[in-house]
Amino acid sequence: MATVQDIEIRDSAARTAAAVEELQEVQGERMVLNMGPSHPATHGVLRIVLELDGEVITKADPDVGYLHRGDEKIAENMTYTQFIPYTDRLDYLAPLASNVAYALAVEKLLGIHDKLPPRCQYIRVMCCELARISAHLLGLGAFAMDAGAITVFLLTFTEREKIYNLAEAASGARLTTSYTRIGGLSRDIPPNWCDQVRQFLKEFAVALAETETLLTRNRIWVDRLRDVAVVSKEMAIDYGLSGPNLRGSGVEYDLRKNQPYLCYRDLQFDIPVGTVGDCYDRYLVRMEEMRQSMRILEQCVNKIPGGGENKSHEPVNIPDGKITLPSKQKVLSSMEELIHQFMLVTEGVNCPPGEIYFGHENPKGELGFYINSKGGGTPYRLKIRAPSFVNLSILGELLPGCMISDVPVVLGSLDFVMGESDR
Amino acid sequence: MTALESANQIKAKFGDLVAEPAEFRGEISVTIAHAEKIFDVCSFAKKQLGFDFLVDITSMDNYGNDPRWTVIYHLRSVASNVELRLKTNVSEEKSELPSVLPVWRTANWHEREIYDMMGIRFTGHPDLRRILMWEGYPYHPLRKDFPLAGKPTELPGVAFTKVTPMEGGPFVTLPSSDDAIAREPRVRVPENAEPGVSDKRLVKK
Repeated sequence: MATVQDIEIRDSAARTAAAVEELQEVQGERMVLNMGPSHPATHGVLRIVLELDGEVITKADPDVGYLHRGDEKIAENMTYTQFIPYTDRLDYLAPLASNVAYALAVEKLLGIHDKLPPRCQYIRVMCCELARISAHLLGLGAFAMDAGAITVFLLTFTEREKIYNLAEAASGARLTTSYTRIGGLSRDIPPNWCDQVRQFLKEFAVALAETETLLTRNRIWVDRLRDVAVVSKEMAIDYGLSGPNLRGSGVEYDLRKNQPYLCYRDLQFDIPVGTVGDCYDRYLVRMEEMRQSMRILEQCVNKIPGGGENKSHEPVNIPDGKITLPSKQKVLSSMEELIHQFMLVTEGVNCPPGEIYFGHENPKGELGFYINSKGGGTPYRLKIRAPSFVNLSILGELLPGCMISDVPVVLGSLDFVMGESDR
Repeated sequence: MTALESANQIKAKFGDLVAEPAEFRGEISVTIAHAEKIFDVCSFAKKQLGFDFLVDITSMDNYGNDPRWTVIYHLRSVASNVELRLKTNVSEEKSELPSVLPVWRTANWHEREIYDMMGIRFTGHPDLRRILMWEGYPYHPLRKDFPLAGKPTELPGVAFTKVTPMEGGPFVTLPSSDDAIAREPRVRVPENAEPGVSDKRLVKK
């Protein structure tokens, strides 16, 4: 004899629906998942403690500091020039840009940041833009690889290799460049460097277009990035985001335009901004930034004072014996230069007492240096405003609500580097 | 509105609390006398003067001077592209000032970092934990009286506090025991190799 119940729920689909409805009421157990510090998608040593409800993240607690080396403490104990190699190790994907940022900060303290020789300014801008391309390429390659597109990684790394070669030709080192000095550069670029940059730009344009065809309209890529981890304009400003992450949310703020330094005022380039603020927008902003960097580089190699060969012997250092090292020949033949060299090496560049903050548009965002000087060759306090550190602080709010499979995509789109974040 | 005008507006609003704005290399700094008022000044700067972007918070140790701590806020208005620096002093006995987290959410990690590195506490911060150093680290390394070489701590030197599953078994050796390599079954010792200095620990049982 059939009961009333059997008659009411006849088919299995309806029975399942009823069961699911019943399950909605049941509070599931939350699972805590520890991601990192050594995980391929965290690009370094970031640890995130995730609390999961099924596959949905309910709480995320990023844990940084695994790469803390105490750079700020180290800086207080050495001269300004001695700290330059440490800036290589901040954003180790774009050491040239960090070098320039630090040198400009100390030069601002000295009051000479707008009196740099034009050739030096152009070389520094070229270094910054090459570093930007290099950092974005790595970010993009790793980002795409985490989302499953391995080919992109191979393409971008081929191009990065060429930038490393350019960095080596200019500074003598591929990664730890330490190319800048307070008041100039460690040396001029080699004679054929500008031609090498031209050649690179030609090849890179092709590779970038190829990368674009692999990703921008790729159905999987778009599906995984669109409307994931949306950061509104207000939220981006409130969380102090900078660089492509800020512009991806539609805030048109770029220190190269808003507080122009070096020769950026004389160069033509556009600032790309996003409209939605999702991962896809941040990706598009980075792609366009690389194209704008190419534009800047093209203008630089054509406009650089003295040309690639520097036949007119344009200086790259400020002609001030109290700031930049004199040539070795003069040190060995002239008393004054010998004293300058001795003082610069033993005591460092003598900076006036005061405090400055200088923000530089690094590939990851605003790399700022706050220097408090009591006079002399050593900073009393040097604070590094690391863009990755600030950009990561939004994770706690951004990740909840995302699926666990979105985590690599969100991390890739924020594009951080832990060497800089942890300092 | 320029940075100097903003500074003067803050001075007009808070009066004697605020010192004359100082200028150096085109940057305007304003010193606030009482650290307890920093929250009011910051929320005024954000709501009335449009400083919506907090660039950075920094702290400084004026070791040997009183008050010992200086906390420095870098403010920026994205719309009008103006920057302003606020400074306030905190005495060593107090070592405490209000958190500006309700004004800018980016202050969260900056304040945690200052607490970690300098040991200055922020009242009203919901989650004032260490951030760069590990939980339980006893010192504040950016203080001037902390040596550059560091200080020894009582924290365990190994990363593991619990026994590993299958520890001592065929594939998981005991950490740091002398015969760890010999007990490792996958290690191969060439039959007639002369035991060199580096092979001293390769004792076959």
